[in-house]
Amino acid sequence: MDFSQIIPSLPSLWDGMKLTLQLLALAVLGGIVLGTVLALARMSSNTVLSGLAKAYVNYFRSIPLLLVITWFYLAVPMILNWITGEFIAVGAFTSCLVAFVMFEAAYYCEIVRAGIQSISKGQLNAAYALGMNYGQAMRLIMLPQAFRKMTPLLLQQSIILFQDTSLVYAVGLIDFLNAARARGDIMGQSHEFLIFAGAVYFVISFGASTVVKRLQKRLAV
Amino acid sequence: MNYNWDWNIFFKSTGIGSEIYLDWFISGLGWTIAVALVAWIAALAIGSVLGVMRTLPGKVLPAIATAYVELFRNVPLLVQLFMWYFVVPDYLPEATQIWFKQELNPATSAYISVVVCLALFTAARVCEQVRTGIQALPRGQSAAALAVGFSIGQTYRYVLLPQAFRVIIPPLTSEFLNIFKNSSVASLIGLMELLAQTKQTAEFSANIFEAFTLATVIYFVLNMSLMTLMNLIEKKVRIPGMMGGAK
Amino acid sequence: MSMIAIKNVSKWYGDFQVLTDCTTDVKKGEVVVVCGPSGSGKSTLIKTVNALEPFQKGEIFVDGVSVGDPKTDLPKLRARIGMVFQNFELFPHLSITENLTIAQQRVLGRSQDEAMQKGMHYLDRVGLKAQAGKFPGQLSGGQQQRVAIARALAMDPIAMLFDEPTSALDPEMVNEVLDVMVELAHEGMTMMCVTHEMGFARKVADRVIFMDRGAIVEDCEKEEFFGDIDARSERARHFLSKILQH
Repeated sequence: MDFSQIIPSLPSLWDGMKLTLQLLALAVLGGIVLGTVLALARMSSNTVLSGLAKAYVNYFRSIPLLLVITWFYLAVPMILNWITGEFIAVGAFTSCLVAFVMFEAAYYCEIVRAGIQSISKGQLNAAYALGMNYGQAMRLIMLPQAFRKMTPLLLQQSIILFQDTSLVYAVGLIDFLNAARARGDIMGQSHEFLIFAGAVYFVISFGASTVVKRLQKRLAV
Repeated sequence: MNYNWDWNIFFKSTGIGSEIYLDWFISGLGWTIAVALVAWIAALAIGSVLGVMRTLPGKVLPAIATAYVELFRNVPLLVQLFMWYFVVPDYLPEATQIWFKQELNPATSAYISVVVCLALFTAARVCEQVRTGIQALPRGQSAAALAVGFSIGQTYRYVLLPQAFRVIIPPLTSEFLNIFKNSSVASLIGLMELLAQTKQTAEFSANIFEAFTLATVIYFVLNMSLMTLMNLIEKKVRIPGMMGGAK
Repeated sequence: MSMIAIKNVSKWYGDFQVLTDCTTDVKKGEVVVVCGPSGSGKSTLIKTVNALEPFQKGEIFVDGVSVGDPKTDLPKLRARIGMVFQNFELFPHLSITENLTIAQQRVLGRSQDEAMQKGMHYLDRVGLKAQAGKFPGQLSGGQQQRVAIARALAMDPIAMLFDEPTSALDPEMVNEVLDVMVELAHEGMTMMCVTHEMGFARKVADRVIFMDRGAIVEDCEKEEFFGDIDARSERARHFLSKILQH
């Protein structure tokens, strides 16, 4: 084992990590927003709306993330082409981001739904009794309480998402893992670079889940 | 750009031998099931042992199991797969190395890597479910088992595990479904399972949407069948008068 | 002859002392009732007898076998002592029949037939033969506790430990369990019972032990214990006055 080339390679590995973190941040943000919309739709009294949201969630929860990434990589440019009639190069980053947002939204949706359902119905009634409409009751009363409760779960799901971003390897995007793989091959130290990448993922995930566990304990009190 | 919809594509020749595209999907599904089932059985066995270890008195055994869980839960699945496929074989004894890299059919060595990877990865998750299941039982159960003269081993075998496994069937079901979905990473080391065959069909035929739609449908049906199977098992082992069973 | 001998037993949870220098003796055929306020250590004491609770100081002998000795085969010793728990602790995933036979077969090595016969004999004795095919969750609390007693008896124990056997029961079910215990006492079973049922103590106990804050405060003959309340320690009087009001 010879880890000597890792230090000189840190700049290019950091470029990969920047892409990983960018993708993660945007996917978490988009996933939670879309997930919340889906959760509200699922709990809606409109059966068509709730049925559609349920189908969406069940659909994405029964297929592999890797399938979604691969499919969107091939399909998103074509769909855009149909819509706009011209050829637009979307690039792997955008298609991956769309895949992550749509896929993770199904998982965030279930967390948000459970969070909202854990707030007593009395709170909603109290908000209505004060004259709020549905939007106000959700935005001002229910969601703030629900998000506080489900923060640990949302973070936990985001740690899983952080690990899953490595699947963009499938479409050749140079994220942290792929940067380590490519660099390791060039340097002739592919084992060492892979082990180093694994160690970095471990330290970040483990550190983050330790923080989340502490947060969970504090919120539980 | 014009897209030629053709839902009959699956029955058309691939141009390789007498195969039609549907054959590819069937063979892919076969690999997916072969990977997931074998890995699942191993994960269940390893995970149960680890889960029991985490609940044992003393410090060393629980610490070992905890370290295992943290390690396998915090490294991405794909990194683990690359470890098992690219790195670990280089540290095997020379004869085994030659066997693994040269004598084995490439599909077989990829298969072995992905099964080992998924088994160990999923074992960490199974461990946590088993531990939770055991810890959720009333403390008096193990006291009562010891009081009638059971050894620690008998206490787990006859009293704690049969109850814990019944409680954790739902979360185990979702891990069981996950292992089928996760087996798709095998496509990244060249194993021609369902996703790899789908990709190949899409590239050969240019009928991307049909290929991925069929793959989706297969995964969906697989998911539903497995869920139904687990529900049946759950009903079958349900104890009258316990956990919502009929009185 | 002493069946259970507890000698100067002390126990700590970290810095907190839960048992302080407890000494007592249960002779063969004797029925001893242990009472005291909650948190007094009585349940802990009875659980040290079959080593469900370890202790740090002192010695306990059951039929001459040292409980604290690391060389003692604990499963073998426990198999000879019957124990009945506050929350019954039948094994909910096993039928009543299986609850009665599993330890006989797996621990004592009895044949299926022999275990069945023994089990059914005791199930009949507690009046529940008709329930043999059911599961614990399908029985009432009182019935479950009677099955638990039968399960312990089927092991042919040399002594029985009862840890608040009636305190988790609805009031109307207390007596069906106490009746079984009274009968057992009359037959000469050696019994150590943690219970607040003073009526039971009056009826069948030979001796009464009163515990408070981890220590044995009173340990005397039943007649003496109930005969002259004024001669009791202040804490015992306080406890009795609360219990006997009902």
